[in-house]
Amino acid sequence: MSMRSPLAQVRGVGSAKAGAHHWWAQRLSAIALVPLMLWLVASLAAVATADYATAVAWLRSPLNSALLILLIGAMFYHAHLGMQVVFEDYISTHWLQVTGIILVRFLAILLAAVSIIAVLHVAWGS
Amino acid sequence: MGNSNRPLSPHLQIYKPQLTAVLSIAHRASGVFLVIGTLLLVYWLMALAQGPESYAHAQAFFGSIFGRLILFPWVLALFYHLCNGIRHLFWDMGAGFELTTVYASGKLVVVAAVALTLIAFGMAYAMQGGVA
Repeated sequence: MSMRSPLAQVRGVGSAKAGAHHWWAQRLSAIALVPLMLWLVASLAAVATADYATAVAWLRSPLNSALLILLIGAMFYHAHLGMQVVFEDYISTHWLQVTGIILVRFLAILLAAVSIIAVLHVAWGS
Repeated sequence: MGNSNRPLSPHLQIYKPQLTAVLSIAHRASGVFLVIGTLLLVYWLMALAQGPESYAHAQAFFGSIFGRLILFPWVLALFYHLCNGIRHLFWDMGAGFELTTVYASGKLVVVAAVALTLIAFGMAYAMQGGVA
């Protein structure tokens, strides 16, 4: 008896090759986000409650701006991977599901770009 | 496929809610909530980039009752998702599947998430305006 699903046999395409990529990317970004998020909350608890000059000075430090940019990248990457799974699981209308996934991906890239540029704007002064 | 007469599994509300199932769906729910909450960070960074005036508006917003009512659950969701995510990573390594361990780690995650949230806000209130 073949272990392949009837659909895979009909199509004869075998596995999708990159089957584990989404899973792995989700874990990898999750691992990165654990220290980054702890750092962000601890920093913002001090910085965001202070005045404008304090926040700017904090963000001008190369270590802080670099960590924040990495956090923004990992966060929106992880967010779009997670939302993709949510859409795949709960939206059964195919075109809606695909449209949702594409929109979330574009939105995540847009928000990441805006956030990173905002960080650089402060970090490099203007 | 195509057979609408096949037996269906019992509906969700038949079951007594169990810690494991509740925490599982809470992981998803908190994830979706966190995605919406990323807009707060984007807003804060944009306000900071736009100058002292916009930043003052953002601070007024986050300091208002409404702002705090959003921030508190967001931080709680963040710490819950973070702690439960670590629990998931242990499962990914094949560890912690025994029923007693699953329940123990589940309770630990809830306690840790609440504790970290209280610590974070305790820090924020203690340092208010005082730290560079």
